[in-house]
Amino acid sequence: MRRVFVSADMASVALGADRLAEAFARAGAEVVRTGSRGLFNIEPLAEVEEDGARVGYGPIGPADAEAVLAGTHPARLGPVDALPFFARQQRLTFARCGVIDPLDLQAYAAHGGWRGLAAARGMAPAEVVEAIKASGLRGRGGAGFPAGIKWATVLAAPGPEKFVVCNADEGDSGTFADRMLMEGDPFCLIEGMAIAGHAVGAGYGYVYIRSEYPFAVRALQRAVALAAPRIAPFAIEVRVGAGAYVCGEETALLESLEGRRGQVRAKPPLPAHAGLFGKPTMINNVLTLAAAPFILAEGAERYAALGFGRSRGTMPIQLAGNVRHGGLFEAPFGLTLGEIVNDIGGGTESGRPVRAVQVGGPLGAYIPPSKFDLPFDYEAFTAAGGLIGHAGITVFDDSVDMAEMARFAMEFCAVESCGKCTPCRIGATRGVETIDRIRAGERRGENVALLKDLCDTMRHGSLCALGGFTPFPVLSALEAYPEDFGLKAGE
Amino acid sequence: MTEHARGAGALLPVLHALQARIGWLPDAVVAQAAERLNISRAEAHGVVTFYADFRREPPGRHVVKLCRAEACQARGGAAMVQAAERRLGVALGETRADGQVTLEAVYCLGLCAIGPSALVDGAPVARLDAAGLEAIAAEVGA
Repeated sequence: MRRVFVSADMASVALGADRLAEAFARAGAEVVRTGSRGLFNIEPLAEVEEDGARVGYGPIGPADAEAVLAGTHPARLGPVDALPFFARQQRLTFARCGVIDPLDLQAYAAHGGWRGLAAARGMAPAEVVEAIKASGLRGRGGAGFPAGIKWATVLAAPGPEKFVVCNADEGDSGTFADRMLMEGDPFCLIEGMAIAGHAVGAGYGYVYIRSEYPFAVRALQRAVALAAPRIAPFAIEVRVGAGAYVCGEETALLESLEGRRGQVRAKPPLPAHAGLFGKPTMINNVLTLAAAPFILAEGAERYAALGFGRSRGTMPIQLAGNVRHGGLFEAPFGLTLGEIVNDIGGGTESGRPVRAVQVGGPLGAYIPPSKFDLPFDYEAFTAAGGLIGHAGITVFDDSVDMAEMARFAMEFCAVESCGKCTPCRIGATRGVETIDRIRAGERRGENVALLKDLCDTMRHGSLCALGGFTPFPVLSALEAYPEDFGLKAGE
Repeated sequence: MTEHARGAGALLPVLHALQARIGWLPDAVVAQAAERLNISRAEAHGVVTFYADFRREPPGRHVVKLCRAEACQARGGAAMVQAAERRLGVALGETRADGQVTLEAVYCLGLCAIGPSALVDGAPVARLDAAGLEAIAAEVGA
């Protein structure tokens, strides 16, 4: 029987992959459901085994199944691995995503799974922490804090009970890498958490997944049940959020796990010293933990050999918004923004000129094409007044109203503020009002000065990144696109 | 579940389970849950009102969630929200008077390269356009 691979990823299903899979089953093929390869303009995609290669056909619909199996369909793309979008990538974390059945333990092992955990368990905890340090891995959630230092802090923290917490509250618009990995290769995350548990001396782990990701919740729950004997005595529990963006902030997430309102905690104490239920807690993003199996299996130096400056290894970049080749592109740090948006992303899907990209989600800066020589690197983006965050890049064409986007940034902050600190809770609402006055032409100069002052207060006076970084999109829009606010350049 | 998670730590899973069964969270049910978990009614009420997912009123027979976040806006999401409000006859955040449909904003479904995106009774929909909106309207009987 012919084997056909069709993604069951939430994005693929949203585009009709379930109906496609049913059509292939009816046509007599053996259908294997995988994660998504991560290039959405060729989805719905079916891959047919032909002489050992997986030949892609897409985008196709259920009516195309017979012609695809006969090899006569015009949407034939050739071997998927050879498509330029994939051939240019270096997939370390996403090596298996889109390739294997995500819940097939045998396939996971056959594609290199569990080697990292086996290596880690053959080492002393401090040696595992050293390997993470040597790899140069930094927190992939956005802050970019060196993972090895965090792991070492939790290892050194005294106490009989410690926790590993995986932050899977991927709320940033323009990002979907955590979702794709949890759906497409959940055992990789589970293995990473088990490695972390061994390294820091924790016996129990939580994965906190946002409720907007029902497919990821289901995939990880099943995967945890299947992998439980493999990772024992380490154990994992999946928890589901409840629609609060701020719970992506690590201390708000811990509050939520404890059954409380997701309000940010003041630091110190660091979660590494007093985190979940007051115990030492190692909290990392999905991609940070999912990088650990490769580092342990292949060696820290192989990971560290890739990258740019102090940003080592690969980053799963997510191309989003109005972009032709939207999807997930894992590559070493250091590509320029222009290479990513224009060469890899192919410019806008609408065919109109790119006017702005927002990098790093709702708290990231808007960047005009004139700055597209910026290399994808934590330090370079910080120096340019932005952040790479979780590496989502949202592309806008020239129909965008940047004053509207600045207003939305403040509105989003007002909707999602946890309410604990005043600059964020009140400032965001005043920010919306002030931008409305500027757009209406009301004492424009004074209100621009007021908005900048307000942003300064939010930037330096907020407890967490929600209030603290909302000024990034607002001020970057004001600086690069003054005409959208009714201002002349330099005004 | 660890020792600590049996008490207050179980509140979110318990509320999720109750809402999955009843469809929303009546005050009396929240009070019962608080008692069982040995926390105050005020604490439980605070949690219910903090999170967008928890409903203090019954939703419509169908729930349509439309993404309002940036990546969908870059693909015409804001106009789609307005069109949906008109076509379904209900404002964002409201349940239509006949109880047939609730229209809600969601801030990102992680379908960011194929927006505008929506969840229709839990099923994901992408590349939403006028025809897609008609299909949703037909499905929810609007």
